[in-house]
Amino acid sequence: MSVLPKPAGVSAQQLGRRSFLGLGAALTGGLALGLKPGNAAEPVPAFPPADPPWSQALGPGVVDRPYGRPADFEAGVIRRNVPWLTAGTQSSISFSPLQDLHGIITPNGLFFERHHAGRPDIDPDQHRLMIHGLVERPLILTMKDIVRFPQVTRIHFIECPANGGMEWRASQINSLQFNHGMISCAEWTGVRLSTLLEEVGIKKEAKWVLVEGADGAHMNRSLPLDKCLDDCLVVYAQNGEALRPEQGYPLRLVVPGWEGNVNIKWLRRIKLGDKPWYSREETSKYTDLMPDGTSRGFTWLIDAKSVITFPCPEKPLAGPSLYEIRGLAWTGNGKVKRVDVSTDGGVNWQTARLHEPVLSKALTKFTLPWQWDGQPALLQSRVIDETGYVQPTIADLRKQRGSNSVYHNNSIQTWQVKPDGSVFDVQLA
Amino acid sequence: MFSSRKLSLLLGIAAAAGAFASAAEPGHFGYGKTATPAEIAGWDIDARGDDGLGLPPGKGTVERGTEVFADQCAACHGTFGEGEGRFPKLVGGAGTLKNDRPELTVGSYWPFAPTLFDYINRAMPMPAPHTLSADDVYALTAYILNLNDLVPSEFVADRDSLPKVKMPNRDHFIWTDPRPDTTSKPCMNACADPASVKIMSTAEGNGLTPRTTGPLDTMQPK
Ligand code: HEC
Repeated sequence: MSVLPKPAGVSAQQLGRRSFLGLGAALTGGLALGLKPGNAAEPVPAFPPADPPWSQALGPGVVDRPYGRPADFEAGVIRRNVPWLTAGTQSSISFSPLQDLHGIITPNGLFFERHHAGRPDIDPDQHRLMIHGLVERPLILTMKDIVRFPQVTRIHFIECPANGGMEWRASQINSLQFNHGMISCAEWTGVRLSTLLEEVGIKKEAKWVLVEGADGAHMNRSLPLDKCLDDCLVVYAQNGEALRPEQGYPLRLVVPGWEGNVNIKWLRRIKLGDKPWYSREETSKYTDLMPDGTSRGFTWLIDAKSVITFPCPEKPLAGPSLYEIRGLAWTGNGKVKRVDVSTDGGVNWQTARLHEPVLSKALTKFTLPWQWDGQPALLQSRVIDETGYVQPTIADLRKQRGSNSVYHNNSIQTWQVKPDGSVFDVQLA
Repeated sequence: MFSSRKLSLLLGIAAAAGAFASAAEPGHFGYGKTATPAEIAGWDIDARGDDGLGLPPGKGTVERGTEVFADQCAACHGTFGEGEGRFPKLVGGAGTLKNDRPELTVGSYWPFAPTLFDYINRAMPMPAPHTLSADDVYALTAYILNLNDLVPSEFVADRDSLPKVKMPNRDHFIWTDPRPDTTSKPCMNACADPASVKIMSTAEGNGLTPRTTGPLDTMQPK
């Protein structure tokens, strides 16, 4: 028995039913919205002068979706992977859809993923953090214990150092999402790592810290004690709610400004020692091979980088007009100081507007108005951070590092705009 | 002039703030429990790369490693470590690190042998990590080192022998970050000759980009 009033007016009812069916078909069959399969009929306009069906109906009530989700129309805005890149999805990566994001905070469901042994689903009551090694009193903490420590909340990006790694040799992937989407940014809440280390008492021989996850990879990295005492966080919340399992639920490390891999997810063990451990993830991987055959290890810092997120291959231009070029900039070295934009492949530059808040080791948004005349253009952005470091070109980077170092490609992205408004990933001489 | 009530209120606030300032003394908060030696032993699995500190008791031969590898590892890494499909190769690549297409493997790239024990022990076999005995992990380590011609077939891996294995690439790592290694200047106008601005490569039409709309792509290499 329904207490809801019947929709008023036959035409509205028919309209509603028709577009509802159209939407269903679009979602299941991947067809354009509002078109019925095998039916030549035009979609019914739901804009002026028509009053749309949703304005003449009663919608579902509160708690229809007790945990909310995006509109069905946003179904294509998802993390995506490059299936040919890795042997399977368990040790692999997915990329955030930067082309559809508008702020400096990445929604929790769209935060990029990097797993080495898949995603463990951990019962928080069973999770423990053990701190031992060169400490006065080795400790085991439950999640309830950890939440009692003084809280801190900070906004920081996390970037996989392999972001852009497919482009060392040449342009390969025509996409913002796949070339830059291994970065995300969130508001993290937890306890300072220094608080936990002071609580166990650091022995004076201690210089290095092993951090290890509870996943099947028992992912582990070595960190210098100084960094741990400086600004590292042991967090249980991401954008105000519990961490997502993909980001380390119930507990992860955040190492502000340093490569993603050291931000250990599913954190379960912290051990203090006098030397680094030289684990597989800091020898075989996450080291940078140079043309002379030597390799750089412990290259933790994320150098300054920026990218134009509109326009981009996924979001082309719709004809000559006034546009707002939009983008993101970040640096592991503190704050973004300035972002310049070029529309002619780096011959001339204009300084873009930085949007507040400009936070240390967080994504920073920039925009610049641009009157596009329909001529071919080469769009670039270049960030300068508070240390004065200037984002390099790919040619500059290759001169120093060749093209086999996989990690830390923070070069300037060039987007080629063609007269039809389409946008392509290119590299310049 | 403070009334005594105001003063005690202020002192109370100061005391509360002090209690929540950063822990100067160990055990300041007193949360959690002391970890017992048995609890630590269960999780203390790391073996340090350069000197093998933390390697457990036990030992394993190349011969035993051959069997365990065939059983537990070959499906992905190939019988002789040659790698199935896109699963990593565990052998080869010696002398290729300066090549245009270098091959980075345990034999050609890894600086430290104890790291191999540590990694197999913590992360492999991928479908059931950390389920093998220390003896079997030693045996697998011996087998993979032998496949790479780094130890003889009669080699026995244990906590003493592994740190002594000299890996070919050991001395070719620089463990201090030399960056910043570029020094671009933020030129604003006429920074290059417009005629020199040329497209050297484009991702257009090379068929490597998965789709970024609709359902997830499943594209595989051609
Ligand atoms: C189901 C497939 C699978 C099985 C079975 C498997 N591995 Fe692996 N192995 C992988 C994958 C995938 C990686 C890469 C993981 C990563 O990078 O996160 C890997 C990585 C490795 C590496 C590191 C290679 C490098 O150069 O960094 C070693 C060593 C290794 N495996 C040894 C073993 C041993 C020994 C066994 C048997 C006990 C084994 N694997 C079983 C899939 C497998």
